[in-house]
Amino acid sequence: MKTLSLKGDAMKDMTRRDALWMTAGLLAVAVVPLPVDAADTAMEEIRQFTGGSEAAESGKISLEMPEIAENGNTVPLTVSVDSPMSGDDYVKRVMVLADANPRPGVATFHFSPKSGVAEASTRMRLARTQNVIAVAEMSDGSFHMAKATVKVTIGGCGG
Amino acid sequence: MLSRRDFLQVALATGVLARGLTGRRAFAAGSALTQSDLLAFEPLGNVTLLHVTDMHAQLVPLYFREPSINIGVGEVSGLPPHVTGKAFLEKYGLEAGSAGAYALSDQGFESLARDYGRVGGADRLATLLKAVRAERPDNTLFLDGGDTWQGSYTSYQTQGADMVRVMNALGTDAMTAHWEFTYGTERVNELLEQLAFPFLAQNVRDTDWEEPVFDRVAYFERGGVKVAVIGQAFPYTPVANPRYKIPTWSFGIREEAVQQQVDEARSEGAELVVLLSHNGFDVDRKLASRVQGIDVVLTGHTHDALPDVVQVNKTLLVASGSHGKFLSRLDLDVRDGEVKGYRYKLMPVFSDVITPDPEVTALIGEIREPHKAELERVLGQTETMLYRRGNFNGTFDDLICQALLEERDAEISLSPGFRWGASLLPGQDITVEDLHNLTSITYPAAYRTEMTGAFLKTVLEDVADNLFNPDPYYQQGGDMVRVGGLGYSIDPAESIGKRVTDMTFLASGEPIEADKSYTVAGWASVNEGTEGPPIWDVVESYVRRKGSVKITPNDSVKVAGL
Repeated sequence: MKTLSLKGDAMKDMTRRDALWMTAGLLAVAVVPLPVDAADTAMEEIRQFTGGSEAAESGKISLEMPEIAENGNTVPLTVSVDSPMSGDDYVKRVMVLADANPRPGVATFHFSPKSGVAEASTRMRLARTQNVIAVAEMSDGSFHMAKATVKVTIGGCGG
Repeated sequence: MLSRRDFLQVALATGVLARGLTGRRAFAAGSALTQSDLLAFEPLGNVTLLHVTDMHAQLVPLYFREPSINIGVGEVSGLPPHVTGKAFLEKYGLEAGSAGAYALSDQGFESLARDYGRVGGADRLATLLKAVRAERPDNTLFLDGGDTWQGSYTSYQTQGADMVRVMNALGTDAMTAHWEFTYGTERVNELLEQLAFPFLAQNVRDTDWEEPVFDRVAYFERGGVKVAVIGQAFPYTPVANPRYKIPTWSFGIREEAVQQQVDEARSEGAELVVLLSHNGFDVDRKLASRVQGIDVVLTGHTHDALPDVVQVNKTLLVASGSHGKFLSRLDLDVRDGEVKGYRYKLMPVFSDVITPDPEVTALIGEIREPHKAELERVLGQTETMLYRRGNFNGTFDDLICQALLEERDAEISLSPGFRWGASLLPGQDITVEDLHNLTSITYPAAYRTEMTGAFLKTVLEDVADNLFNPDPYYQQGGDMVRVGGLGYSIDPAESIGKRVTDMTFLASGEPIEADKSYTVAGWASVNEGTEGPPIWDVVESYVRRKGSVKITPNDSVKVAGL
């Protein structure tokens, strides 16, 4: 089974420059035919992120995204995790994936108790209708997950 | 505890709307009804909400036939508003042939239209509004759900200014919007300068910083009650309509933001929280089940007319129809920060029995005067009923599709599944005004292009999923795209990619081939730079050539389960 190795890029600290680079990267690969196993690739990414631990859809993560994208080339996302962000109970990092993009990895955000709140916003390109998945690693070693379906349509006949 | 001290108010105290008119052939049916029958209402509590929505710029009386088919999928299957025809009459206790049956269903429409006459008219609406305000001077709030500035010849010619004048004259207290945005950013901002009341849209943000573009909430004091009205514009405006006209505005349902607005309103001391919404009924029903603290949702967009409120937990949902055909009145007893009781009535605006308000009649005359000759110009006649509303096809759309095929020399035609557009009775003239009532948009170019069978299938599947996605939050609220020269079968209960089958090229009777190219004519493309003559020129040319049109029932779309 063919898998795309994304670890090196997607796991880096998210800086503004990286985000721009990543967008450019996605634009460049968009012409590559969609791998049939994109969703498998996403699952593999999650498995590597959690080291095989289970990530529960516990409601701890809020993933704010449009249900239908207005422009698939730049879809806004805000991810936040319910956490006191104290010295012994905080969110360490949050990974965001788009499970049907040619390269599912979107970003990984790193936090510390000094972050105050575990919340981050970015924009992503979505090749087609798919699930966007956020996985959070907590300071106690547990993992949480949230999922949102974002539809990318050709539009035009409402009203 | 919310109590419903009410019987079905469409039935009225006298039962005059629900009852069939015995021997109605012997009398002019209109004379059996009076303005006071329509207005009759035993007041309740301290706040009266009046609501109209989706007028689509209709200033003068018209005919409007309600849909025969309005399918609900998933959890809402068989629930209002997904009940039509006979089943609707039975559900709401309306006799066949009654005024209620005429106003609210397709049953016996043609003959009842001749008996009961036209509906709507902004001057008739003004009379009803004034009467309620006279009765409840300090308690009444009049709210408009949007889709008010678009849909007629005069609104197109004045780029919405005619409707702004009329809304100001009607004493509108607040509005939200959808088609208003199709005039583009600059024009919307100009018109907002002329509005005498708030334009509310909590869910519109600028695309750069996600900051609010419009006022999100307005507060009113009515009957000693602090009322918060939160506006919710149509969430999918940049998807269903051209994004290039409003490139810096972003929409969406933004459920979390609705909750936040409600909470803020409560903390500001609002005792009654109203969502003035253009979400569409199913979206609002879901929203009401998930957002806490909304007392009333005044729904819009999907053009449903329901003679009773739908209650979701503690939230009341009102559906006031379209085209100025109805005015909703909801009386509320608000005490100790909550709604203790309510009474509701969907008032049909039967034009012939309401004395027009002279001031608004004069204003409408002034607006129409410069365009009189063009409005009245006759293009031809129709031998058969012309209407649009329904999930799959309407006879006026069949006419448009036929015009596109013949005038643009195409093999297949596509026409958008809009829900607005007045109806014409057999024997009526087709005027320029009538044609604009079905086509008046700011992106009217009738394109001619090549599409493969595979792409046509994608188009049909995409639109079907906008209509039949089992999760209302993914629905855009239009009807199915109309087709000419093409037949297909559809199973709404299936998932995207699997609903549409048996696509047939009607000219040959052969199946549509996935990799074959077809010449397709259509209109209302949301893409910038679309070229072609305006759709009204295409249809005018066809109707004038034919002189008289006759649309036979369209049986080329087969729907599973019907």
